[in-house]
Amino acid sequence: MAATARSLRASFSGVLMRLWRSSLGKKYVMAVTGLILFAFVVGHLLGNLLIFAGRTQINEYAQVLKSNLPLLWSARLVLLVSVVLHVVAASQLAHTDRRARRIRYSKFHILDSTLANRTLIVSGLVILGFVIFHLAQFTLLVVDRSYATLVDAAGRHDVHRMMIEGFQNPVVSVFYIISVALLSLHLSHGVASSFQSLGARSKKIEWNLKRVSLIVAIVLFAGFASIPVAVLTGLVK
Amino acid sequence: MNLTLRIWRQKNANTPGEFVTYEAKDVSPDMSFLEMLDVVNEELMRRGEEPIAFDNDCREGICGMCSLMINGVPHGPLPQTATCQLHMRVYKDGDAITIEPWRAAPFPVIKDLIVDRSAFDRIIQSGGYVSVSTGGAPDGNTLPIPKDDADRAFDAAACIGCGACVAACKNASAVLFTSAKISHLALMPQGKVEQDRRVLKMVAQMDEEGFGACTNIGSCEAACPKGITLDNIARMNRLYLKASVKSGLE
Ligand code: HEM
Ligand code: SF4
Ligand code: FES
Repeated sequence: MAATARSLRASFSGVLMRLWRSSLGKKYVMAVTGLILFAFVVGHLLGNLLIFAGRTQINEYAQVLKSNLPLLWSARLVLLVSVVLHVVAASQLAHTDRRARRIRYSKFHILDSTLANRTLIVSGLVILGFVIFHLAQFTLLVVDRSYATLVDAAGRHDVHRMMIEGFQNPVVSVFYIISVALLSLHLSHGVASSFQSLGARSKKIEWNLKRVSLIVAIVLFAGFASIPVAVLTGLVK
Repeated sequence: MNLTLRIWRQKNANTPGEFVTYEAKDVSPDMSFLEMLDVVNEELMRRGEEPIAFDNDCREGICGMCSLMINGVPHGPLPQTATCQLHMRVYKDGDAITIEPWRAAPFPVIKDLIVDRSAFDRIIQSGGYVSVSTGGAPDGNTLPIPKDDADRAFDAAACIGCGACVAACKNASAVLFTSAKISHLALMPQGKVEQDRRVLKMVAQMDEEGFGACTNIGSCEAACPKGITLDNIARMNRLYLKASVKSGLE
């Protein structure tokens, strides 16, 4: 315990290991990976909304995305590593938190809590399940293999048709809408929380931070949900 | 007024406890919560029963000894009020009150409502000090310190180490306490010198004790009798990041 200043110094990898083992460091990992995934989610939504611009636009966008293989795979690697770290850190933190209170209260109010921050693990797990299904359906094309053969007039993969066929299934659409609702709930706490975890929050900016988090979450939900709704109502054909 | 109390009774650390119901009769609204328990205890002693053990000392909200989870809220329903400063006028005749000890693995129950908070002492011992003598008050007054820093340090130093933050947290996390202790030293020139190693050691000790991590909910701030804010946790998060990066580079 009588560690000197010298013994607190460490190699670069030693510091990374110490961070990973500490509760604060693991929250840095949660925050950074959460923000990376959040940035992806925003970009992904903007791309998806091209479905409203028309078949040519979204199919061309999809083709451009997949044309630069090194870039595509670097991005996929960053996302995969982020998801894995986020989920592993989340489950380890949840384990520590449970062990820190083995005997429960008979009466307990979680003061100042919100639905969003009481249910992060539940929303997270549903998101995880959704992401796996979503990748299987639209990236790996293994849910309906006929998606692989959809081609538009210009000979590109017909992403527009694939999205419409996918969301015409009400079960798929409802699962999608529930999942993006839970993602929004997750982020309504998560965005502001990651600033606090990284030390970038104070009373002075708290109100704005919380408001921005909430608005971002609502806008994300409206944006994502608009696509299956547009398909189911025949707005996009 | 008459109240029904459901109180956790536990002989010692190794015996399982249970809730026992007591009737508190003719409670005056002017009594403090602890005085109300004193009266219940006098009655128990008259009957030859073991009095209810609970921690207390100053009874004026400054020592941090009193505790008690009262109807699911640490220190009871009033904001920024320690249990010893809570008065019975907040209750009305016929109320039922559940009283439990702080629940956290690092705070084992010693007896009834008393828990062992030595884990906090060990966090302080790991780095919550300034190693050299910095003189007395006159020496302190010769150092110019920005008013804002002095105010923030003073606010952080108001922490009385009661543990309500841990008790209120769904993860039983000790970050509010630890960050208050780190902040009040880090904001002062005398404390800045050792701030890197202090934050590394105190956070390591906090984790070592088995407290949970922070989900940034804010229950601790709501429960704290001294108004310690989440800003201290943000400051600790910043200082720990900075100290970690520096320890790897220098
Ligand atoms: C697109 C997917 C996701 C995004 C954008 C996201 C984003 C975030 C963000 C920004 C935070 C706040 C981090 C902090 O407090 O510093 C967070 C926290 C959290 N996330 Fe996620 N997340 C995603 C997926 C998941 C998944 C799949 C899980 C699976 C279990 C999960 C579980 C959690 C938990 C438990 C927390 C709270 C940790 C704590 O503070 O105790 N998240 N998430
Ligand atoms: S931060 Fe507040 S609740 Fe926690 S120990 Fe200090 S005074 Fe008590
Ligand atoms: S008994 Fe000292 S603070 Fe309550």
